[in-house]
Amino acid sequence: MLEIKDMHVYYGAIHAIKGISLNVPAGKIVTLIGANGAGKSTTLKTISGLLRPKEGDILYNGESITQLSARKIVENGLVQVPEGRRIFADMTVRENLEMGAFLQKDKAWIKATQAKVFEKFPRLKERINQLSGTMSGGEQQMLAIGRGLMANPKMLLLDEPSMGLAPLLVKEIFSIIREVNQSGITILLVEQNANMALSIADYAYVLETGKITLEGPAQELAASEEVRKAYLGG
Amino acid sequence: MEQFYVFLQQMVNGLSLGSIYALIALGYTMVYGIIKLINFAHGDIYMVGAFVGYFAVNYLHLGFLGALGVAMAVCVVLGILIERIAYKPLRNATRIAALITAIGVSFLLEYTTVFALGAQSRAFPEVLSNVRIGLFGNKVFVTNKELLIYGVTLVLMILLQFIVKKTKTGKAMRAVAFDREAAMLMGVNIDNTISATFALGSALAGAAGVLVGIYYSAISPLMGVNPGLKAFVAAVLGGIGSIPGAALGGVVMGVIETMVIAYGQSTYRDAVAFAILIIILIIKPSGIFGSNAREKV
Repeated sequence: MLEIKDMHVYYGAIHAIKGISLNVPAGKIVTLIGANGAGKSTTLKTISGLLRPKEGDILYNGESITQLSARKIVENGLVQVPEGRRIFADMTVRENLEMGAFLQKDKAWIKATQAKVFEKFPRLKERINQLSGTMSGGEQQMLAIGRGLMANPKMLLLDEPSMGLAPLLVKEIFSIIREVNQSGITILLVEQNANMALSIADYAYVLETGKITLEGPAQELAASEEVRKAYLGG
Repeated sequence: MEQFYVFLQQMVNGLSLGSIYALIALGYTMVYGIIKLINFAHGDIYMVGAFVGYFAVNYLHLGFLGALGVAMAVCVVLGILIERIAYKPLRNATRIAALITAIGVSFLLEYTTVFALGAQSRAFPEVLSNVRIGLFGNKVFVTNKELLIYGVTLVLMILLQFIVKKTKTGKAMRAVAFDREAAMLMGVNIDNTISATFALGSALAGAAGVLVGIYYSAISPLMGVNPGLKAFVAAVLGGIGSIPGAALGGVVMGVIETMVIAYGQSTYRDAVAFAILIIILIIKPSGIFGSNAREKV
């Protein structure tokens, strides 16, 4: 569904992504794991059109989206839930969800989808008129994912959804990610929490300082000595 | 009791001036909120609004509402053009580069007007007859023009509040102001949203220009300099980036200035405005409604 071919990305003079290729098949969960500064978020920002690659191509459903605007990419159903949640803290929960559905025109669809989001995250419904910046980190992450779902994604790019959350909440978020995937949405999951990511993913890539150093089915990677040592704490 | 009536009379005057400052300050604060630029050309848009109103009355023979509408429309176009031509190419440049450009645009507007129309001030045509309404047994007077200024300002502020809070464009403006990248990930068109912000701010400035023309009856190419700076102080006082802050800040500035003229010395009217700026910047730089400076790295 999403294919990246030999992509190079620069931040000014810094060569952040040094020619990575990866493939996310439709209906799967693929994870991109790696340490801080490996280039994971840069990769997602480039896919979403916030950064432009200097070389390489990004194909989505077989067509190049490399030069498309961020808006066009969202329109095509390729939606990102960014790192650090990036919710609009001075807006209410309801307004944040409305922002998620910014490009959706069908009011009935928006209403029905909002109801589905509230079904998944009952706590958001309780706080519908609350300013989102006053919620806990876990609630904000739920809102960020809910906001992503409001954009009618065919594929979700999730950037570190476990960041800063207590272990119990991480579990909850990951089980929701699996549910979202089972509802037919393809997922590219970027994580530092390699353990959790590998436990729900079908396939995994390991990113190190802008290069993919390892890839394979998630279960195999979880068992590999190299990955255990570097990312799974033993 | 006489003292109190004098005070009330000054309040009536101060609120009129304050309404004008508030309308201008709103544009400053909205533009700052969305692109972090103090648009020093904003006061000159207000001047252009006054002149467009002048020509609309004199040559198109429009009444007050017609002149107001034409002035606002022309200022909308002017605001959008200034942003597209002067500021958009600098969006990723340093903030000081954009600020210097804003000052340049300000001079351009001022001296193009001087060149085209001459530097002398002109009498704004009388579109309304003068009616004085006596209150408290004719101790305090409110004119129909003052009531008009209050009314138009109030209506425009309510309209603005509605646009910002309830419409899609308004929500996009708030989203872009809060986090541009996140807004892009929602599919918001940043360029159009910034244009809409300039359009709204400039429309309010244009309206303020016509109101001033009617109230003070004199307009000139450099009339935007002083009110522009004071409205800037008003926006900082209210908390730059905050819409209610700009409205309140404008009214407070207008009232203070009027009180200084009435009870102090009118020569200090400008000094007091800038003294207020210095005091806020020392004591509470985030202003009355400002969030505690959340500078992103």
